[in-house]
Amino acid sequence: MNIQGSIYRRLMLQLVGSAAILAAILFLLFQSFARQLAVESQDTTLKASASAILESVSVQQGQVVADIPYAALAMLGNVSDDRVFYQISRGTDVLTGYEDLPRSLDDTSWTAKYRDDPIRLVKVSRSLPINGSLTTIAVTVAQTQDGLAQKLGEISRTAILIGLIFFAVATILAVWAARSSVRPLNIVAAAVSRRGPADLRPVTTPVPSEMAPLTQALNAFIARLDRSLSQSEDFIAEAAHRVRTPLATVRAQAEVTLRRVDKEENRVALKQMIRAVDESSRAAGQLLDHAMVAFRTDHLERSKLDLRAIIEEIVERQTPIADLKDIEFLQTTAPDCIVLGDTILIQNALTNIIDNAVKYSPNETVITVTLEREGAEVVLTVADQGPGFEADNINALTDRFARGTNVGQTVGSGLGLTIANEVAKAHNGTLTLKQSTKGSGACVTLSLPA
Amino acid sequence: MRYFITACLVLWTSMAHAYEIEAQTEFNAEGATSTLSIISTTDTAVFAPVIASFQVANPQINVNYTAASSSQINTAIVEENAQFDIAISSAMDLQTKLANDGYAEAFDSSSTTLVPDWGTWRNSIFAFSQEPATIVLNRAAFKGQKIPQTRAELITLLRSQPKKYERRIGTYDVRTSGLGYLFATQDSRTSETFWRLTELMGQLKVKLYCCSSDMIEDVSTGQIAIAYNVLGSYAAARDDLAEKIIIIEPQDYATVMLRTALILKDSKAQRAAGLFMDHLLSEAWNEQPINQGQNLRRIPLGPGLLVFLDRLKRQQFLQEWSSAIFQ
Ligand SMILES: Nc1ncnc2c1ncn2[C@@H]1O[C@H](COP(=O)(O)OP(=O)(O)OP(=O)(O)O)[C@@H](O)[C@H]1O
Ligand SMILES: [Mg+2]
Repeated sequence: MNIQGSIYRRLMLQLVGSAAILAAILFLLFQSFARQLAVESQDTTLKASASAILESVSVQQGQVVADIPYAALAMLGNVSDDRVFYQISRGTDVLTGYEDLPRSLDDTSWTAKYRDDPIRLVKVSRSLPINGSLTTIAVTVAQTQDGLAQKLGEISRTAILIGLIFFAVATILAVWAARSSVRPLNIVAAAVSRRGPADLRPVTTPVPSEMAPLTQALNAFIARLDRSLSQSEDFIAEAAHRVRTPLATVRAQAEVTLRRVDKEENRVALKQMIRAVDESSRAAGQLLDHAMVAFRTDHLERSKLDLRAIIEEIVERQTPIADLKDIEFLQTTAPDCIVLGDTILIQNALTNIIDNAVKYSPNETVITVTLEREGAEVVLTVADQGPGFEADNINALTDRFARGTNVGQTVGSGLGLTIANEVAKAHNGTLTLKQSTKGSGACVTLSLPA
Repeated sequence: MRYFITACLVLWTSMAHAYEIEAQTEFNAEGATSTLSIISTTDTAVFAPVIASFQVANPQINVNYTAASSSQINTAIVEENAQFDIAISSAMDLQTKLANDGYAEAFDSSSTTLVPDWGTWRNSIFAFSQEPATIVLNRAAFKGQKIPQTRAELITLLRSQPKKYERRIGTYDVRTSGLGYLFATQDSRTSETFWRLTELMGQLKVKLYCCSSDMIEDVSTGQIAIAYNVLGSYAAARDDLAEKIIIIEPQDYATVMLRTALILKDSKAQRAAGLFMDHLLSEAWNEQPINQGQNLRRIPLGPGLLVFLDRLKRQQFLQEWSSAIFQ
């Protein structure tokens, strides 16, 4: 599988990322808004103070008199512990207060540096008649910004907290959103992977519209697979039939001819022909069986199988052939030997093993078939009294088309043990070839998980 | 300022200084490694025990104590750039102005947290005692007579017997006394009876004083019968005169002055100053002050105190005061 990235992770990153950006923007907005509000509120107090002082300025006998109300400065102290400066001036003359306070031409509020500290100043003015002419009296009230800075610090902390809470909530929502967006994918994936191998129905799980094309494609693919699978199975059966039927005809014709022919050399030729036909027929059958096994192992159709019943059935089928050679079957089969497996495959494997035993055993011998449970496994042992395997290369016999040199005239294709071995592996079991412990003979063991 | 400690102290009066230091006293400790200079409105004798207990805990510090008037303190620090580490004053307005104009250093320690909120401003000015302005009476002059408990009662008394009290009332000369000015201006804010009383005192040819101690002295000798706006703490401290004077906290309201200390920005001995501050404040506020009577009106620290220091405002107030006093 070629996995690149993850929708879930990308969604999460995008959602969390935008949440982070939003939180940062929220924080900055909140802070600048708070700063503006704080400065405005300081300006308001300063302006109230300056206006109260300006109100107290009057002209008495041509003299400017200022009777600063106590509250004008006291009220600044109620808001914060900031230092307070003020000035009353007439034109450029400072009448009272701090002489070196920064000046402005207009009535306004502004920030300036005074005695090394930033201060906020508000200037208000009005005209008073002095000796018949209007003169402008200006009052400036200023305050340091310690309280403002402190208030802003507090607000910043609150803003950070709000930003973090926003971010946390957004992250939780992002996880939820990402999960729920990916959930339909997981649901379909689970539904499809839960299916048995033979279940090739189209996917009907409800899906969101975005997933419709994918589901449609999947369904089309399943339909195609279904078609080609049934075609393959049909094809294999058909092929076996098509090869075997003409071969059987040829063999029958050759048998008939053999009976009529007297000339020794013609008889030998005919016998060779019959043998070749047998080999071909066997090879064709085994090849197709092998193809079928290979095909079915890809999608095992597991069901509960009672091995005892299967063994008995196969032995029964082999009995006529065994009888011809006076071979006797000795069966010891335990009950409850249930395995999960594909009937056709298991039958095929067992047939091949027992077929070998019958085929390679000499006349008047005994084949011992034992079926028992060993812990978590079901073990089938088929032991004969024949020549046994060739000692050198026992395990190579499970290779394709591998035949022993001791087979003599016995017809075979070398695929029987290959099939048995593949079936064993497909069921997580093992096939073991050994020499029989009781004297001569081959001993084949097939163990499958119970 | 007439009590000088002589034992084991070096004492001299310095006339050379432009800010006319009244008395400079050195409290030398054995093995001292640094010197702390304090300028203060409190009489040396009154303050000596505080310094003594400070030096018990901190023997490595010499203390150079200069007693001066509040305006002298202001001149020394603002105009003369004199080297002091701590300024202690009863003139809350001038202390506030020092802090407001950047002459005070902020100070933060475990002891400053003991100070109640109303007793500190900008973490620079710290109150360490509360002293009400009182009326002090000559006990003999009021024998068998109803003692006035409020300003209104005092006014009634003066009106009913003007002849008896003519030239026998005393109060601060607010033109020269910083504390007198503070009390008077705060009085004027609190109640209009102040102006009625001032006018009445003017009619009765009030005697004007520079300081509480002089007024207490004159009341005790019977030279005057009534002294208005006298520092109660000074009067109460005079055990020797207890038989001769009566101290009254006016029931209508008594203005309470906070005696405050601040560390000066230019101090070269910030550490020693901090230690002294800690000592002063923890002594003062170790026990929560008992909740005082409703009639006590504490002068609030803050920029409001700058108002009566304004040149024009002061001019106007003094004008009004003078026209009431000198009729
Ligand atoms: N029971 C047995 N006794 C002795 N040799 C055996 C036995 N079973 C298998 N063999 C050896 O292993 C070889 C491989 O067996 P396998 O069943 O794969 O092929 P085959 O029997 O020759 O052909 P077929 O595909 O027709 O079964 C045989 O050729 C034979 O040499
Ligand atoms: Mg075989």
